[in-house]
Amino acid sequence: MANEKIYDRINEQSPWQDITEGNKIFEAATSKDFCTGEWRTATPVWDKDKCKQCLLCTPVCPDSSIPVTAGKREAFDYDHCKGCGICAKVCPFGAIGMREGK
Amino acid sequence: MAIRERLSGNEAVAYAIKQVNPDVMPAFPITPSTEIPQYVANYIANGEIDTEFIHVESEHSAMSATIGASAAGARAITATSSCGMALMWEELYVAASNRLPIVLALVNRALSGPININADHSDSMGARDTGWIQIYAESNQEVYDNFIQAFPIAEDRRVHLPVMVCQDGFITSHGVENILLVEDDKVKGFVGEYQPEHYLLHPEEKMALGPYAVSNYYMETKRAQRQAMIQAREVILETAARFEEMTGRKYGFFEEYCMEDAEYAVVIIGSAAGTCKAAIDEIRNTTGAKVGLIKIRVFRPFPEEEIAKALSGVKAVAIMDRSEMFSATSGPLGAEVRAALYQAHSSVEAVNYFYGLGGRDITVSDFKTVYGNLETIAQTHVVTGMYEYIGLRSEQSKEV
Repeated sequence: MANEKIYDRINEQSPWQDITEGNKIFEAATSKDFCTGEWRTATPVWDKDKCKQCLLCTPVCPDSSIPVTAGKREAFDYDHCKGCGICAKVCPFGAIGMREGK
Repeated sequence: MAIRERLSGNEAVAYAIKQVNPDVMPAFPITPSTEIPQYVANYIANGEIDTEFIHVESEHSAMSATIGASAAGARAITATSSCGMALMWEELYVAASNRLPIVLALVNRALSGPININADHSDSMGARDTGWIQIYAESNQEVYDNFIQAFPIAEDRRVHLPVMVCQDGFITSHGVENILLVEDDKVKGFVGEYQPEHYLLHPEEKMALGPYAVSNYYMETKRAQRQAMIQAREVILETAARFEEMTGRKYGFFEEYCMEDAEYAVVIIGSAAGTCKAAIDEIRNTTGAKVGLIKIRVFRPFPEEEIAKALSGVKAVAIMDRSEMFSATSGPLGAEVRAALYQAHSSVEAVNYFYGLGGRDITVSDFKTVYGNLETIAQTHVVTGMYEYIGLRSEQSKEV
């Protein structure tokens, strides 16, 4: 049960009788499971060679979709990136370009 | 033994609050409900109860704070009237859809404009689709009794819906009447300790409440909410039966007065029922016409089948609305009662009148006129004066 996710029990096929009272969710951090990246109409593309790891892009991302490990940014989290393009705008080195579509 | 007292409707509700001793009461003053939080604040200041009173900056905040407290796991209440409840608008829906057992003391008052502080039902009737249970009272005794019953109804696991306990502004809220109060320990026993199953401050359980629901979930959620309102019907009746055991006072979805053999009936909500009863007594003692009354106590959930059944033997009925809904046809009660009659394939003649808007008085003589109209309608089968206003000044000599 520990690893059971809310959407294993309640999903888009669930009848109304299974919906929790007041849509209560008995689990933490479930917003991670909601792939808002599906809404994207433009996609940021990271050019590793041009990137100087200045990390200006990470704090401006409204969706926390630029993960940082050991002081270095990693690949975009496309599950949650909505393609707003702020990171591309803020990058001083032209290391982030925007591609049309997902 | 019950405690004999004389109290205004506001005092009676405040006294019930003292006896229940709820955990949290956020409130903002508005005429004519202001006295309720005022009395409660006195009880708190005098150390008689330990309710947490939250001073808020508006009714929007009052209902928001009540929702927050209830979601956190507290027994939470508030009181308001008229424009105050209108400012709670968004929150009323949130409270109901989040399935929070909040109890709201509503002192009915006309909505603006023109601005007016007196009784009519435009505030609560406007909120009839918010998902709240609505219980109305004719007298101070009834509003006290309804307020105590509201907690076990709202908090029942089959329901978990907020309850609006309504009374007519000034007419009962400020009118002092004899009243029988239930002893403190009995009230406490009747409402019980509040023990929510799921709540935000639960130390062992992670929970989120009121999440965004996309269209894939919204409709199923609303259907589940409807089920709670359907189940509220049995809980309201069970609670009334338990209340009758304790006090001897009988309650249901509505009260029937002289309906056993009635041919001409009025359907009404609230304090004007008392005036109508006086008219019924006079008519029955003079002309002997078989007149009766159905006084709606529970408007949400709406007792559709029961009302149609209660009206099945009458020749003509006048459904009386104390609020407009500007459909340019019926008022809210008129629409629902006539829908109930249609569904029951009833052939009773029905007329829908508006009365008492903005505190306009309605008299025994007015009700005699209404019953006279019903006799004519029953004879002629011609419904004249549909949707007329009772007691309206008009260039035409007689509107109704």
